[in-house]
Amino acid sequence: MNIEDIKRPENIVYKRPALLTDNVMHYCPGCSHGTVHKLVAEIIDEMGIQEKTVGVCPVGCSVFAYNYIDIDWQEAAHGRAPAVATATKRLYPDKYVFTYQGDGDLASIGTAEIIHACSRGENIVVIFINNGIYGMTGGQMAPTTLIGMKTATTPYGRDPKLNGFPLVIADMVAQLDGTAFITRQSVHTAAAARKAKAAIRKAFEYSSKGVGLSFVEIVSTCNSGWKMSPVDANKWMVEHMFAKYPVGDIKDVLAK
Amino acid sequence: MAFKGVIEVDTNLCKGCSVCIANCPTDSIQLSRAVNSKGYHYAEMKGDACVGCGACGVVCPDSVITVYRVKIQ
Ligand SMILES: Cc1ncc(C[n+]2csc(CCOP(=O)(O)OP(=O)(O)O)c2C)c(N)n1
Ligand code: SF4
Ligand code: SF4
Ligand code: SF4
Ligand SMILES: [Mg+2]
Repeated sequence: MNIEDIKRPENIVYKRPALLTDNVMHYCPGCSHGTVHKLVAEIIDEMGIQEKTVGVCPVGCSVFAYNYIDIDWQEAAHGRAPAVATATKRLYPDKYVFTYQGDGDLASIGTAEIIHACSRGENIVVIFINNGIYGMTGGQMAPTTLIGMKTATTPYGRDPKLNGFPLVIADMVAQLDGTAFITRQSVHTAAAARKAKAAIRKAFEYSSKGVGLSFVEIVSTCNSGWKMSPVDANKWMVEHMFAKYPVGDIKDVLAK
Repeated sequence: MAFKGVIEVDTNLCKGCSVCIANCPTDSIQLSRAVNSKGYHYAEMKGDACVGCGACGVVCPDSVITVYRVKIQ
């Protein structure tokens, strides 16, 4: 069978998700943000909730997420996405409302907003892209930066005496009574991406059940900030990030 | 049952990140010698071992791969 005979519409087993727009993503080659966007686009399409979903964008590299997934969006001030999502969900309780935030946005400038949204048990989804660095602004240390990790502001590696310790936000918010589902995932392999997709879908489903906030951390790469090739960044993530941020479910109030 | 696959890359939008190559179980993808309009060496299929598993499509951050698959006896 020749190639042209196989390349027929009826033989397609994977294609670009329908809810991704035609805009070319501004992300660096190999950036995890693009892979997570694709999963979110697929889930919203498969759940048939395009008209009922509102995303809230952060400040950070994913500030332009609204250009890529064809749904309604709000742009929040830096770190304030959980507050904007709170208002949106309370005003439109039938909508699916999610935030999409980096680790600088969520775990640094927006720490108060995320903690209190979790504590209040807002029925929203939080997608947390933890790449251990401030990608957008040129690779400065984030609260999530690993000990010893070199960044623009920790050129000799993060030293806990000077820079403190990494903040493990997902485990922290799991302690709060308002959170329903907390999980940590990654998207560096097809198998990992499929698991991450199932987790994000579950989070969206929980958000319509009134059981509290669902929080999906994606352990990610910022190959530009880490100064590695995309493939090496994925390997480095597995070898180093997973030790501090192990993947798997952390909390599930509906688990039998 | 065996499968035969083919991938089609939107070569103008590929950023040459190689994440698809690292994820292909049959070593069926390589970067082109030529570059696209953005200056990236783009992904292209090599050989005829592709089984249409879809892994490359799933991991491509820019979602520029379409995967086709047929059953062969
Ligand atoms: C009030 C305010 N303070 C600081 C900045 C600068 N700034 C822009 S993005 C960013 C951090 C982004 O890091 P992260 O949230 O981890 O996103 P990434 O780019 O890594 O995905 C900072 C500090 C800003 N835009 N506004
Ligand atoms: S700077 Fe980092 S997080 Fe931002 S697009 Fe590039 S790789 Fe992605
Ligand atoms: S993963 Fe996508 S963008 Fe990266 S090289 Fe492969 S086809 Fe190109
Ligand atoms: S479909 Fe599977 S076998 Fe074919 S090129 Fe992609 S990853 Fe390789
Ligand atoms: Mg970051």
